[in-house]
Order: sequence, then structure tokens, then C-alpha cells
Amino acid sequence: MSAATDTGRSGILSTPYLLSAPALLLYAVLLLVPLVATALLSLHSFGIYKGIENVYNLANYRDIFGDSYFYEIFGRTFRIAFLVTVLSALIGAPEAYILNRMRAPWRGIFLLVALGPLLISVISRTLGWALLLGSNGLVNQGLTAAGLISEPLQFMYSETGIVIALTHVLIPLMVISVWASLQRLDPQIENAAISLGAGPLTVLRRIVLPQAMPGILSGGIIVFALSASAFATPAIIGGRRLKVAATLAYDEFLNTLDWPLGAAIAVLLLVANILIIVGCNRLLEKRYAEVFR
Amino acid sequence: MSHNGPAALLFHALFVVFILAPILIVCAVAFTPLGFLSLPTHGLSLRWFRAIGDNPEFVDAFWASLWLGALSASIAVTFTIPCALAITRYRFPGRDALVAFLQSPLMIPPVVLGIAFLRFFSEIGLSGTFLGLVLSHVVIVMPFSLRLVIAAASGSDPRLEQAAVSLGASAWRVFSRVTLPLILPGVASGWVLAFITSFDEVTMTVFIASPRTTTLPVRLFLYIQDNIDPLVAAVSAALIFLTIAAMLLLDRLYGLERLLVGRGRD
Repeated sequence: MSAATDTGRSGILSTPYLLSAPALLLYAVLLLVPLVATALLSLHSFGIYKGIENVYNLANYRDIFGDSYFYEIFGRTFRIAFLVTVLSALIGAPEAYILNRMRAPWRGIFLLVALGPLLISVISRTLGWALLLGSNGLVNQGLTAAGLISEPLQFMYSETGIVIALTHVLIPLMVISVWASLQRLDPQIENAAISLGAGPLTVLRRIVLPQAMPGILSGGIIVFALSASAFATPAIIGGRRLKVAATLAYDEFLNTLDWPLGAAIAVLLLVANILIIVGCNRLLEKRYAEVFR
Repeated sequence: MSHNGPAALLFHALFVVFILAPILIVCAVAFTPLGFLSLPTHGLSLRWFRAIGDNPEFVDAFWASLWLGALSASIAVTFTIPCALAITRYRFPGRDALVAFLQSPLMIPPVVLGIAFLRFFSEIGLSGTFLGLVLSHVVIVMPFSLRLVIAAASGSDPRLEQAAVSLGASAWRVFSRVTLPLILPGVASGWVLAFITSFDEVTMTVFIASPRTTTLPVRLFLYIQDNIDPLVAAVSAALIFLTIAAMLLLDRLYGLERLLVGRGRD
């Protein structure tokens, strides 16, 4: 089981492959085969009376790219993902910095408060927002009591509601990412800047922000990718009519039963996701090569 | 390092309210004595928690989720341990590619996995079965258990294993008496994290669950899509309490900060 137990050279070379073979086999059967089958399925066609036909063409992709209905949904998906990413950065990054400046035990306690919700079911958290944002919910009651609005705002079944709830669901990931990059920050640099006469804003802008930037950007990639493919939160807050890419794929599969079209949407979602994650990470590593080393 | 000013503390207070508000309101509404959604301003009641017991669909789904989480976490950890030892104890060609491949389910949107498994299971005759749920959950929890077991294995000293070998222990004996006890805390936390991930999974599972074999989050999701009442608040609140209990356990076992933030290296 360990390097020391191998005496022959061939033993040393083959042991790690033997040890990882079961997991690799599992992934080959349960990950590669289903994904390749989905890609093939997306090339099939579907008729209401004929079901799935075993032909190979790009008709489903042509349908998606030629129909303004799909543009609207993909446009909404990316608009929501973009807003959630910006909001998470604007709220999560300062909060990570504030947490980093706290003392024990507050630091540990509030880090748990900020990150703990990650482990709580997305359904429970989204249900909380559905309760808060309803027309009789606490948010509308509070705004009315404060005299800010005269009629309840419509958060449910709106993009605003989806953005608020998704930001709540994903913001811990931004806090984690920025927190991790702040851990590498040497507090003596801040003190050096202060001793050289820099004001607090200058320190923040010239010292802290540049060093936190890789964390904000890599957190942004994660938040963007996850909100673009989010399902449960948009489905509950957005209702059945306000669709995003993931809920659209769900409807095609389980309501319309057009599996090939649903598979094509899934393939596009996967490709977009991988392009965004890999592409942005590449850019990030090039731009901040010295930080990642 | 300077202190947080009043503006920073106000920002922090608003952040904490934002984070906790939806969680607290679910717990509050769950204790309402009234028959409709309301805050328990006129006393607390456990009637909606008792009502869970009268709804076998939620109880059955809870047990299914529990078994599903336990089975998929156990299988994933079993596959993960030899893999993590290969990755941490050996330098071999393709090692980085292996790690990236094993972490790849994290990059695939759960919707895509749900669609892929729905098609795959219907082709091989596993659609709507509990076995299908277990197999699909093993794949999505693997990266989580792998990360923690790798961290544990790279943190343990390989010289202890070499000492055991030099004293004549067989490979299996070295593993069972030296390596495994050393990495056990990491393995246990990898199991718990895998369990929580499986227990909370809804997006992929909603595609492959059938009305007869379904999980608690999926049952909740489908219920909430039709109507929201104090019963779902009570089920959600019970879930939240269970999660907090699991979090405390994880904190004892491994340290939550280390679990959630990592150690900067991986």
C-alpha cells in the first residue's frame, strides 16, 4: 500500500495505477458513458408521434440558435448570473475583509455564520426567501411600515427575486475565495503603508484590493458558473413561467418529453460552463502568475 | 492590522441579517400554532412538526435520503482511499490529469448530470430505481471525499509506514494498522461531507427520482412548486436542525473552517 512496500521497479510504476483503477473504471462507466450518450442523443430528432428517431443531425442546435424564445431564456440566464456575480463580489469581498480583521472568538463565529449556510439545503434557504419576499412577506411589510412603498413590491416570479435569493445561496463561495486570498496578505505591508503616511482608503485601494483581486475573480468565476446553471432557486422563486436554461432543460425532459432537444440544451450548458471556467482560470493565472506560484 | 470602524461593523451587521434572515424565518414559521403561513406571535406550537409524522411521503423520503447518503458516501470513500494514497504517496505520469479527472464532476452542472443519468438509466433498465440513485450520487460526492482524504493522506507521515515495513509488516497490515488509523479523521470527515452533499442534492436527483423512490429535497421541491404551507416550513426547519447537528459533528472531527476554506494549498 505504500512506496516502501515495493521493491521492484515495475512494482513502483504499476502500483499507483492499480490503486486508482477502481475509481477510474467507476468514472468511465458512470460519467463518460452517460455524457457521451447525451451528446449523441442531442443529435437525434423527436416527433410527437414518432418519439426519438435515431438520426444524426444538428437540427436541435439549429432550432435553439434560430428561435428568439431560446435567446430570451439564455439571455435571462446570463443576465441573472452576471448580476449575482457582481452583487456577491460587492457584498462578499468587503465582508471577507471585515471578517479577516476581527479578533478571536468573533472571527471564527462569524466565519461560521457566513459559510455555514453552504451546508444547509438549497431548498430550505430558497423557501426562506419565498417566505420573506412574498407580497405579505416580511420585506414588503417592513418597507411598507417604513413608508418607503405604498403597494407591495412583486419579488416573487421576478428576476429581482431570483437574483436576491441566488446571491444569498452563492455568496459564501465568494467569501471563501476572498478570505483565502486575504490569508496570504502580510499585515506588515498595510502597516508599512500607514507608516509611510497612506490614509485608510489609499491602503484599501493600493494594498488590499490588488492582493484580494485574484480571490475576487476566482470567486466570481465559481459564482457565475453556478448561478448560470442554478435550478432549484430559479424554479421556486421564478415560478413555472420565468424560465432559465436549467429549468428549460427540465421542462423539455419531463413535461414536453423532447429528450433530444433537452439534451442539446444540456450540451450547450455544459460547453458554456467549461469554456467559462477553464477560459477565465487561464486568463486569471496568466494575469496573476506570481500570486498563484 | 487596524480595527473595523463603525461603518464596517454596520456593514457586517447587515450582512449577518441578510445571511440569517431566510434561515431564521423558516424556523420561526415552522413553530406557528395557526393553520396558515404566519409568524408565531401568539405562542409556539409543535403541531406542524407532528404533522410531518402524518405525511408518510415526507417520512419515507427522509429515510430514503438517509440511506442514499450513507450508501453513496460509503461507496465513494471506499473508492477514494486507494486513489488518494496513489496520489499522495507516488509520483507517476498522469498524476495531475488523474486528480483533474476525479474532480471533474464539480465542473459539470447538476442539470446536465441529471439529464445524462436519466437517459443512461432508462437505456440500461435502472430508471426510477434506488440503485440508480446510489450510483449517480457516488459520482457527485466523490470529489468531496477525495479532497479531504487527499488532505489527510498528505498530512500523515509516510516514514511511519516505512518503519512498519522495516519491521516486517505486510502491505495490508501496514494499511490497516498504520495508514488507515492515521488518515481516519480525514476519511470520516470526507464521509460526512459526502453524506451532506448527497443528502442535500436536488437538481440532479429531480431528474432520476421516481414517485416511489424519491429523496426528501426532491419531495420538498415538488411540494413547494405547488403550494407553500407551514408543513414544508416544519420539514425544512427539521432539515436545518439536522444540518446544524452535522456541522457541529464535523467541527469536532475536522474543524469547519479548515473544511470549508481549505488550507490554501489545495
